Amino acid sequence: MMPHRLTRSLDRSATVFLTIVAAVGILLPLSNLLLPDASPLHVPTYMMTLFGKYVCYAVLALSIDLIWGYCGILSLGHGAFFALGGYAMGMYLMRQIGTRGVYADPVLPDFMVFLNWKSLPWYWQGFDMFWFTVLMVVAVPGLLAFCFGWLAFRSRVTGVYLSIITQAMTYALLLGFFRNDFGFGGNNGLTDFKDILGFNVQADATRAALFALSCLALAVGFLICRAVVGSKLGKVLIAIRDAESRTRFLGYRVESYKLFVFTLSACIAGVAGALYVPQVGIINPGEFAPGNSIEAVIWVAVGGRGTLIGAALGAIVVNYAKTVFTSGVLAPYWLFMLGALFILVTLMLPKGIVGTWNAWRDSKVTRAAEDADSAAFEDGVIKPHMAE
Amino acid sequence: MNAIDTRATSAMLYLDGVHVSFDGFHAINNLSMTIAPGEMRAIIGPNGAGKTTMMDIITGKTKPDEGDVLFDGATDLTRLDETQIAELGIGRKFQKPTVFESQTVEDNLLLALNVDHRVRATLFWQDSKADSDRIDRVLETIRLTSARRRLAGNLSHGQKQWLEIGMLLAQDPKLLLVDEPVAGMTDIETYQTAELLKTINRDKTVVVVEHDMTFVRQLGVKVTCLHEGAVLAEGTIDQVSANERVIEVYLGR
Repeated sequence: MMPHRLTRSLDRSATVFLTIVAAVGILLPLSNLLLPDASPLHVPTYMMTLFGKYVCYAVLALSIDLIWGYCGILSLGHGAFFALGGYAMGMYLMRQIGTRGVYADPVLPDFMVFLNWKSLPWYWQGFDMFWFTVLMVVAVPGLLAFCFGWLAFRSRVTGVYLSIITQAMTYALLLGFFRNDFGFGGNNGLTDFKDILGFNVQADATRAALFALSCLALAVGFLICRAVVGSKLGKVLIAIRDAESRTRFLGYRVESYKLFVFTLSACIAGVAGALYVPQVGIINPGEFAPGNSIEAVIWVAVGGRGTLIGAALGAIVVNYAKTVFTSGVLAPYWLFMLGALFILVTLMLPKGIVGTWNAWRDSKVTRAAEDADSAAFEDGVIKPHMAE
Repeated sequence: MNAIDTRATSAMLYLDGVHVSFDGFHAINNLSMTIAPGEMRAIIGPNGAGKTTMMDIITGKTKPDEGDVLFDGATDLTRLDETQIAELGIGRKFQKPTVFESQTVEDNLLLALNVDHRVRATLFWQDSKADSDRIDRVLETIRLTSARRRLAGNLSHGQKQWLEIGMLLAQDPKLLLVDEPVAGMTDIETYQTAELLKTINRDKTVVVVEHDMTFVRQLGVKVTCLHEGAVLAEGTIDQVSANERVIEVYLGR
């Protein structure tokens, strides 16, 4: 009876979450496009783009929660997968510029002409095709995660050591992408995008479509993560998180499970990055900064790890707060506030917002069930758990 | 698998001349032991005698510096890792009860079932009548049927020990290694655990490490006393506890 009620209420919160995401994903773009500017319900484009950015962050947070909340893998370099997905999309957008660039080269992006490059490097081939780009958005982060994870998990690198090498990974990529001869625009990154699939990236309608797509990605990402954690594999992930060697002694190849979920998570992060870039209009090596990845982990901690919904909520709440606080007199103190937030959540709300809410609700349900149990016990219906 | 051409021994578990040292400390020193198929063996010994290290070697957690460890007469365990050894049919209960605390009793057993443990099979696993029947049977054996939906973390210490034994049963191994199953149990629970292990021993080989002499006596099986990583004495509980060297080791010299 009790778990049945638990699952039902869990399904209810998932339904509520998906309904909200769908409603926002449909209504916000419609209000932007259809309502007159003067209407109090009109959402200005800058606001929609801002929230589109948050939704992409929410997808990144989901991917972190999948590995951290459920499998105990604390990646402090997940921003790297996000940025790689973003760069893949950025390369497509660069190649769409064509002759409209400053140097009007039909093939080479401006920065390559500036560097006196004569031809497109091999790794830029194919990015003029959208389908290839979409493939790379998923495949490049996935492949890096697979190689990284294969080496790390097979050598049984866990805990804080794994976190440190993920930081090193994103930092190494940061340094690489900063270099001009790396071929990704160096310090400036990729920007001045013109259009995507033939639509002007600056146009309201394109922005609205990108926002709706981001919400769709959040919903689909949520459903994928939920399907994974709801399967028997999800139980194995939790088992690995709670007692790794016990899981091994039961005959599970722990490294394969970690590799699977880490790679899946990187692919989701890549998609988030790809949707982020056309909305913000730029991708540069700053996205690889270790601090970004740590911030993303804080969103998940604030929202509640191991809850999926909490991760998404945390990303949106913390980033909204960031926008509010970094645009006023409090701007210089944002990092202090972020630090204080992290300490407060760790001390007072270790389960995060959604985790604490769930625990409170479950305790109510459990108490009710136990009351029913003990009533039944007094009636002599249920025997005690262990016969004395 | 590294199967040796012919069965080297008829034993379920065969250890010969095993040495392990950690930074110069000889945890296991020329340990040799044979466990016959279907046997139940009790291992006793003072702290630091190498009982847990022996379990670590058999289950692949620790690699011996030298010596042979053969399972089921043919498989060299020193070349396999924990997962491969578990898949071969060796189940282990840890000294400290180790169950998946944030999951239900039922899910703990589900995770232990010896089905295909590969990623894809686990991802697409479907609930089946056969699996749930097996879980029901194990729950009955370990007397936790009414607690099946409770979180394992909310069980009493004794119940956790039983759940872990239940997980071993769900794993359906040929050989069970049980490390201190009655630590922290009440007398009644200890008695029931001994009866449970005897029931399990009807069709499985069992190795039990335990300090509780009343419990070992109740099992009524051959006893091996370890000391400083080697076998000190072997025989019935009466023979072993009458052995002068054993008394010396236990009471101090």
